[in-house]
Amino acid sequence: MRFLLRRLGFFFLSLWAAITINFILPRLMPGNPAEIMFAKFQGQLSPAAIDAMKKAFGLTDKPIVVQYFEYLRGLLSGHWGLSYANFPTPVIEIIRHSLPWTIGLVGISTVLAVSIGTFAGIYIAWKRQGILDNTLPILTMAVQALPYFWVALLLLFIFGFKLNWFPMNHGYSADLTSGLNWPFIASALYHGFLPGVTILLGSLSGWLVGMRNNMINTLGEDYVVFAEAKGVSTGRLMFTYAARNAILPQLTSFAIAIGNVVSGSILTEQVFSYPGIGNQLTNAVLLEDYPLIQAAFLIIAVSVLVANFIVDMLYSRLDPRVRTGGLAHES
Amino acid sequence: MSLNAAKPTFDGQPTAYRRRRRGRIDRLGFFGAFLRNGRSLTGLVIFVVFLLVALLAPLIAPDNPTATIFPMSLPPGGAHLLGTTNTGQDIFSQFLFGARTTMTVGFGAGILATLLGLLIGIAAGYRGGWVDSILTFLMNLFLVLPGLALLIVIESYVKNSTPYMNGLIIGLTGWAWGARVFRAQTMSLAHRDFVAAAKMSGKTSLQIMFTEIAPNMMSIIAANVIYATLGAILAESGLAFLGFENVSSISWGTMLYWASQNGALLTGAWWWFVPPGVGIGLVGLSLVLMNFAIDGITNPRLNARRRRRRRVHQQATRA
Repeated sequence: MRFLLRRLGFFFLSLWAAITINFILPRLMPGNPAEIMFAKFQGQLSPAAIDAMKKAFGLTDKPIVVQYFEYLRGLLSGHWGLSYANFPTPVIEIIRHSLPWTIGLVGISTVLAVSIGTFAGIYIAWKRQGILDNTLPILTMAVQALPYFWVALLLLFIFGFKLNWFPMNHGYSADLTSGLNWPFIASALYHGFLPGVTILLGSLSGWLVGMRNNMINTLGEDYVVFAEAKGVSTGRLMFTYAARNAILPQLTSFAIAIGNVVSGSILTEQVFSYPGIGNQLTNAVLLEDYPLIQAAFLIIAVSVLVANFIVDMLYSRLDPRVRTGGLAHES
Repeated sequence: MSLNAAKPTFDGQPTAYRRRRRGRIDRLGFFGAFLRNGRSLTGLVIFVVFLLVALLAPLIAPDNPTATIFPMSLPPGGAHLLGTTNTGQDIFSQFLFGARTTMTVGFGAGILATLLGLLIGIAAGYRGGWVDSILTFLMNLFLVLPGLALLIVIESYVKNSTPYMNGLIIGLTGWAWGARVFRAQTMSLAHRDFVAAAKMSGKTSLQIMFTEIAPNMMSIIAANVIYATLGAILAESGLAFLGFENVSSISWGTMLYWASQNGALLTGAWWWFVPPGVGIGLVGLSLVLMNFAIDGITNPRLNARRRRRRRVHQQATRA
């Protein structure tokens, strides 16, 4: 119970921090860039809308504490503002349309990366010093040293432009209506293949190398050696004895991994003009659409925090020592 | 694999030879082991080559990287080693000058992030108590907040950022991982005898942190500089590619930005977008190789366990 409370505490504190970053940043910068926007929109917007925007960007004369609480209240009551670039669409609307794409793309490719990386890690740790063990970690790490967006460009160039196997942009064919019908899902998967492979390639290495090193540590434990001497079958030894314990530390590296994947997804979406939230964020910055920038950042941060929270809970289920505090010394 | 060719195997060598080699490693210490590892040596060589390119760019570049005076969209060969852009700029010269920007920014940001991490990590680990609680929260916060998204939001308020400005921002936001590692190491060092002795001799906390504890984690610091530099290079090129860097600056990221903006992909001008990516990839690979080697050197358990296990396995298969 204490563990749950502590994790919840961290979840809400970091949520608060993300919101506060959004509040402080525009006010920290010399020459509030939003002021330029107002000059541009003068006359086009109703005075009420201008007033709401001024509140959001700190152009009122009220003390900063009052501004802060008004800002928080606006967020909580769902008044996230209207997009400048697609006026007058509420930013919430834009977020709602783009978030599922990113969650699908990042979610599916992360699940694949974790499964492939973990299994490959188990295998190469078992066949230590084999050809695969000497090449795969280096190879995947070399791929990880390449910039995501460049891998994306290369895949796009080879498989989209040269070979024409895959579409070069967007999330689905323009002549289909979105919905839960087979042609649409097939088209979405077809369009998402190259972006997905990009993210998969970029995130595989961490899981693979991490699992390999954990496996090597558990395989050296006395209980594994004893089981082997006792004549436990290879498959059982590999998975039930060693891998089962080696997999736990993998979960703790999830926090860093998911941050990297989300960053990579922002770049990948831009290359493939994928209709996800990263693409919205990038375009919003280029179009100086501040309400959308703030909303997109907040949603990305919240998604990552929620994912981390779920993994934390999962971890405490799998390893009771975490809950009882027996592992407190491990950072 | 060839990367492993230079890796020494002590099994089966004459004892005298083995002892002599061991002795030399011990004398050279950490750096000697680093040089004798095939992987890290490969990494170091690649890295030094790019470092020289970065330093000597103005001397070896055949043309002015921004001059738009050549025939447009030439494929590689002849007077232009890597061809020209669609505005008639020499890509090879751009590549050389791009190395300069990217390496400077990457290294600068990597060192800045490591120093910040060192400061925060050691303070948290040594002080403990509420200082530790607050600093640990900050570390975890910066670890979970998606880095690139945060950088993009900051960029949206910093207009027309130069590469160096970007490096500064990346360094200021990228210290969390290092801080966490340094904190853990400080906590394990803080109760050793030599720290207690320093305390008795009347050294202040600040002196202990930086003259007793910091020098004892040199290898972690080195690994962190490498790791942070790699992250910074990728982050900087990503930001530049998205157009959040002064687009008239010459870096590998801005080269890729222009290549993609001007449809290098759709005109088949592969010579425009391949070299910058290969450059980033090679520098990145050299850092990864060096880091991999440092991992193996500072964590000998991995190697020892590996040998022991292999013997067990061989016996098992023989039986």
